[in-house]
Amino acid sequence: MRSITKTFPGVKALQDVSLTVKRGHIHAICGENGAGKSTLMKVLSGVYPTGTYDGEIAFENEVVQFKSINDSEASGVVIIHQELALSPYLSIAENIFLGNEQQTNGWIDWNKTNLEASKLLARVGLRDSPITKVKDIGVGKQQLVEIAKALSKEVKLLILDEPTAALNDEDSAHLLDLMKHLRGQGITSIMISHKLNEIKAVADEVTIIRDGKLIETLDMRTDDISEERIIRGMVGRDLGSRYPDHTPRIGEELLRVEDWNVYHPLDHQRKVVKDANITVRAGEIVGIAGLMGAGRTELAMSVFGHSYGYNISGRVYKNGTLIKTNTVSNAIKHGLAYATEDRKQYGLNLIEDIKRNISLVALQKIAKGGWVDSNREAVVAENYRKSMNIKAPSVDAITGKLSGGNQQKVVLSKWMFSDPDVLILDEPTRGIDVGAKYEIYGIINRLADDGKGVIVISSELPELIGICDRIYTIFEGRITADVARGQATAEYLMQHMTQEQETKQP
Amino acid sequence: MTAFRSALEYLSGQLRQIGLFIALIAIIIFFQVTTAGITLKPINVSNLIVQNSYILILAVGMVMVIIAGHIDLSVGSVVAFVGAMSGVMITQWNIPWWAAIVLCLGVGALVGMWQGFWIAYFGIPAFIVTLAGMLTFRGLTQIALQNQQISPFPDEFRALGSGFLPDLGGGTSFLEPLTVGLGVLATLLLVVQGVRSRRARQKHSVEEEPFAWFILKLAFTGGLILLITYLLASYRGTPIVLVVLGVLTVVYAAVMSNSVFGRHVYAIGGNLHAAALSGIKTKRVTFLLFVNMGVLAALAGLVFTAQLNLANPKAGDGFELDAIAAVFIGGAAVTGGIGTVTGAIIGGLIIGLLNNGMSILGVGTEYQQLIKGLVLLGAVAFDVYNKRRSGGR
Repeated sequence: MRSITKTFPGVKALQDVSLTVKRGHIHAICGENGAGKSTLMKVLSGVYPTGTYDGEIAFENEVVQFKSINDSEASGVVIIHQELALSPYLSIAENIFLGNEQQTNGWIDWNKTNLEASKLLARVGLRDSPITKVKDIGVGKQQLVEIAKALSKEVKLLILDEPTAALNDEDSAHLLDLMKHLRGQGITSIMISHKLNEIKAVADEVTIIRDGKLIETLDMRTDDISEERIIRGMVGRDLGSRYPDHTPRIGEELLRVEDWNVYHPLDHQRKVVKDANITVRAGEIVGIAGLMGAGRTELAMSVFGHSYGYNISGRVYKNGTLIKTNTVSNAIKHGLAYATEDRKQYGLNLIEDIKRNISLVALQKIAKGGWVDSNREAVVAENYRKSMNIKAPSVDAITGKLSGGNQQKVVLSKWMFSDPDVLILDEPTRGIDVGAKYEIYGIINRLADDGKGVIVISSELPELIGICDRIYTIFEGRITADVARGQATAEYLMQHMTQEQETKQP
Repeated sequence: MTAFRSALEYLSGQLRQIGLFIALIAIIIFFQVTTAGITLKPINVSNLIVQNSYILILAVGMVMVIIAGHIDLSVGSVVAFVGAMSGVMITQWNIPWWAAIVLCLGVGALVGMWQGFWIAYFGIPAFIVTLAGMLTFRGLTQIALQNQQISPFPDEFRALGSGFLPDLGGGTSFLEPLTVGLGVLATLLLVVQGVRSRRARQKHSVEEEPFAWFILKLAFTGGLILLITYLLASYRGTPIVLVVLGVLTVVYAAVMSNSVFGRHVYAIGGNLHAAALSGIKTKRVTFLLFVNMGVLAALAGLVFTAQLNLANPKAGDGFELDAIAAVFIGGAAVTGGIGTVTGAIIGGLIIGLLNNGMSILGVGTEYQQLIKGLVLLGAVAFDVYNKRRSGGR
């Protein structure tokens, strides 16, 4: 790709970017959110057709002009988007050959479809039957189905946009292995990723993009590139530490959950949280570490207004008194807050502006007799915009147009405005770039310093180790360990996250 | 030059809000010219308001339901059912007219509770519940009326649909004084309220509206009210139903934009899950919305019956579609979360004007349907185009 420039109305998304990807390499692209990585890949794969950008693309030494995705796929360039494009109610085989049906005279040849599909599934290491419906397999496997679909199109250059963002460690590891395996078969890959350890593990080269400009391309094999080195390129400065310094001032116990049991909402036999006991003290940041599906979110959501689960039992104490958290409004009344792991689906009203999102939980605070004072609302929101450093022209900006980091700051502002005592933050930094992560950590520390209890649920162990005063591990719905800051290492946590301990924790 | 450009940019940002107004005025001017001045004759303006009142009342309830992401297909049948009940109550059960009105509004509330229960607490999509309601209440109407028409109604009851406020000028003055008084009062309230809220915004330093634009908008709206006042005052004065409609519009517009309840409705329509996890009692809000829709549909039914002086088993046929069209012309989103009460009222007026103007011009009903369909499609297409242009979702 030579001198690619792409402008959107009012913004220059890419400025004179030239990128060379060598055959048979895994080429990583990283940069902060909004740096232009996805835009560059959409230019390359024909999502933005030729003519809507300046510059030229050469593929296998020939200048190509992709007018649509069909063009690029015909040449062997396949992009797999961050949000998977599978149809949940169709089978794996049907999804693989969607738009490329195995047919004779317009009638689908089901034997061929399923046979070819199972061959492809074998290549990506997926052992499920090709007639399984996609909705019945996990996100990790769905990602593999996407890759199988790409393979069915005789892919030469595979573009993966944050392939492991939604995957747990195990699935991620499998995916990375698969990428290496495909490299062995001569397939070139471009991978956009935030996860530096993954880049280090698989990439041959890494290109860093910042503010729509190409900063540098580093050779991962010859040079000794550290994660800090990449981060410096991405943010344009040394972060010093990835986690701000924090001296905790821990006080009295705020919240205690005892003997908490939750059953699956659809499968009433299955217990998803088993006899969980957790406590949070004032000023304390408590982590919950567990693999996906271990029951972390289920535990949090069932405590927060019984928002998840069936036949929930157990007791919740706030400052030593038994409280009822059976509805969300009760939970909020008792000073709980829960910021969801999925901001877009469960956290924000994306078609509404910043100020109305921030005020939603605690509208009563700015209302008199049921009437909202919209001027006070604007002032409150403006204060949060400044103190939280939400990057938006004004509080009238629509939240759907903000970047992930800024959306998360709006979610945090919304809960801070409700003035809770205990905040449960579920994956607070998922899909957020390094700079904004640092800011979020700072906000979490500030909340703890204000005497609030903070529970952080995260898939990223370094993050939990970096910011938490204490970490619970959870495995198959059971709390398996209660680890103090000093003892927390990734290996130790992982050990408790993957196997049940003989001795139960108090 | 830059000042001019920034003013232009500001205006284009306001296009979605004022676009509807411009469309309304363009349609008025179009018909005023093509009908050789009949459209804005005092008697026609008066008729226009009276004859569209029940659709506008329905549109107010409908826009709230649609903002919450639901729909109500049953309102036409509810209009008929309540009309039938009012007839049965007054002529067969000999209940005084005022008590019948109260009871009928109660019937509307019960209808709303019935549908709201299935939608909010039982979780059946509103489309299906109200489609069922459309059939059930049509059936109940026919049972109540035993497939007969009921007529006539007492004069006091009929006044709700076609009556006017008393003429203080004794029918001899050039302009009816009460109407003039009300019109001037409404204009004054508008100006005072506008200035006060602008002051409050300035005090909190959240004012962004240019002063000239503020004056222009105020002058325009005030002028419009005074024009309608003049036209009504030179005919028979203020229709009673206009007072009802005016109060409903002001109250519900305020509820939707400034009350906690209104905010909850927008939040539910924008993202149901996020609203529930923010502590909003989503089921109760949904339930109340349908109760409210039921009461407003009952009111529309009373107005319609009073106007025709007739309870008819076929009444209200297709009203739901007019109300829904008004809401979407008024800028609401099918997916919920977006829409305004004033938008729905203007949308309703546009449909009313088209009906009225085309009837005066003698356009056949087949072409009226065709044109209304295209206007609905065009209005929504314009909205979608606008959103896409501004880079929205």
